[in-house]
Amino acid sequence: MMLTETRPPEALAAHGLQVHFGARPVLCGVSLAFEPACWTAVVGANGAGKTTLLRTLAGLQQPSAGEVLLQGRPLGQWPRQQRARRLAWLAQGAPITDNLTVAESVALGRFPYTGWWGREQPADREAMARALAATGAQDWGARRMRSLSGGERQRVLLARALAVQAEVLLLDEPTTFLDPPHQQDVARLLRQLGRGQGVTVVSVIHDLSLALVADRLAVLGPQGELIGHGTPRQALQGDWLTRAFGTPIDVIEHGQQPLWRPDLTPPPDTWS
Amino acid sequence: MARPAASPVRVPVLGVSHRHDPALWWTLGGLALMLAGVLLGLLVGTTDWATSWQWLCQPGDPQAQLVLWEIRLPRTLGAWCTGALLALAGTIAQGLFRNPLADPYLLGSASGAAFGVAVVLVGAETSIAALAWSGRIGLTGAAFAGACGAIALTLVLARGALQTSTLLLSGVVVAFVLSALTSLLLLVSADAWRTMQAFLLGNTGLLGWPTTGLLALVLGGCLLPALWLARGLDALTLGEDTARSLGLSLNGMRLVFLGLLSLATGAAVAQVGVVGFVGLAAPHLVRQTAAMDHRRLMWCATLCGGALLQVADLLSRWLVRPAELPVGVLTACLGGSYLLVLMWRRREVG
Repeated sequence: MMLTETRPPEALAAHGLQVHFGARPVLCGVSLAFEPACWTAVVGANGAGKTTLLRTLAGLQQPSAGEVLLQGRPLGQWPRQQRARRLAWLAQGAPITDNLTVAESVALGRFPYTGWWGREQPADREAMARALAATGAQDWGARRMRSLSGGERQRVLLARALAVQAEVLLLDEPTTFLDPPHQQDVARLLRQLGRGQGVTVVSVIHDLSLALVADRLAVLGPQGELIGHGTPRQALQGDWLTRAFGTPIDVIEHGQQPLWRPDLTPPPDTWS
Repeated sequence: MARPAASPVRVPVLGVSHRHDPALWWTLGGLALMLAGVLLGLLVGTTDWATSWQWLCQPGDPQAQLVLWEIRLPRTLGAWCTGALLALAGTIAQGLFRNPLADPYLLGSASGAAFGVAVVLVGAETSIAALAWSGRIGLTGAAFAGACGAIALTLVLARGALQTSTLLLSGVVVAFVLSALTSLLLLVSADAWRTMQAFLLGNTGLLGWPTTGLLALVLGGCLLPALWLARGLDALTLGEDTARSLGLSLNGMRLVFLGLLSLATGAAVAQVGVVGFVGLAAPHLVRQTAAMDHRRLMWCATLCGGALLQVADLLSRWLVRPAELPVGVLTACLGGSYLLVLMWRRREVG
């Protein structure tokens, strides 16, 4: 008899997710599967439920219906520490870690390995150093978090999430506060994490041009429904973005890369 | 930003070396201050310096034995332990609620302790049975039960420790209601009102070896688990979602910290009364000197709080001797002035 490995093809999957805030539905039956070694950008209009989707995928929001599977196993069945090692989270606009240094903040990413006492092994220190180097924050170890600018802080918080060395990275607006060169660096890093290191990256990104460089797009509609999940090319051909934002989205080709061009023509019923 | 290197990377020194660790300097300074405080505590009292020094040099004298070793020494050490407990509780409260203005009495413990004392004082005047019952429980027991009861009530009203804002609001409500009930009780008895004033202003004069031993025991019992769990408060500074994503059980951690907070505050208030500002000012004072994680902050703030109350106790004995000032008045003046200076300095910095 031949034994075959039954590892599921998707690193993370959602089946029929529904989330309500009071009586208001935020996510309506969202089902999608995230393949390993792939960077997916979640896009949608304000209030479409992007952050809620990410929080639900991370197990931080309890769905009213549906379930999330991490490597084929329901999220709730994972022991807390094991889940934390496999799934890392970066919050949107994370608060200022007032009195910690950059090194101490990044070291918290190793909490699932080092536990309450926090005794670091060489592997932990190497993971932290790699994460800091990946975000260009390697020289800031002794600086206080509150002494950093918004963009610098965002890079350190991203380093904290990378230091987990998880197989699934859920990032809520990782490019917030970053200047264009650093946004580009983050996009390059996320693609490299996916294609080069086999990490499943799911990130909410507001900048459409940046989202269009991702391997795949998950487009949420205004009622919290999933309009589509596929390559950027499929999203453009299916006109998913126009349906998501309720207004025509003009995308031009620059070489092989689609770029969003804002339409600045005033609508006829506005002033001037 | 560079790509993550595939080859082994140089691991830089990410923190600070032990020699430059401010926690080390705080430890050395705190212990030196405590020893100096103990020595001064033996010398300062109703007698003049020369007599006290003579007593210190003649340990066989029975009067010296009584005054120095049975009254002044336990009082000085007890004041240190109380300050340390309040500072530890303040650091826990500020970390747990992520609010630098949080103090140990935030969840209604001070009002609860005052209410407990008022119930016993007024109750003792109503009947012989109540007097006997009051004698058994004592003011200290009543204050401790009141403090812990108030925090338990806050937790019940907030339906657990999951929502920080609900917990804070419940604490404010409990404190207000219990303060009003205390005032109502004290309207009944003028004698109780006078005793209550002494409690509300803080008093280290009644600390003896049994109470000091108890305070030291509680300090050890609270400090060790708090230091062990301190990293959870670090994780909480990144936000509740991030802390949970790192595998922390927030509810469990909060309940343990609230238990430690209640025990530390309840024990301190029960023995010394309501002493303000130490729990608020000590962690701030330490934070001003350096960035620290919560484990080192807790340790340094505990040493700092002990020294603060020890100094306040010495001043309370020395400033108007042979009379004494209530120690709570001094901590309020010292701590309040320090926070004002801090505020002005921050405003100047911008």
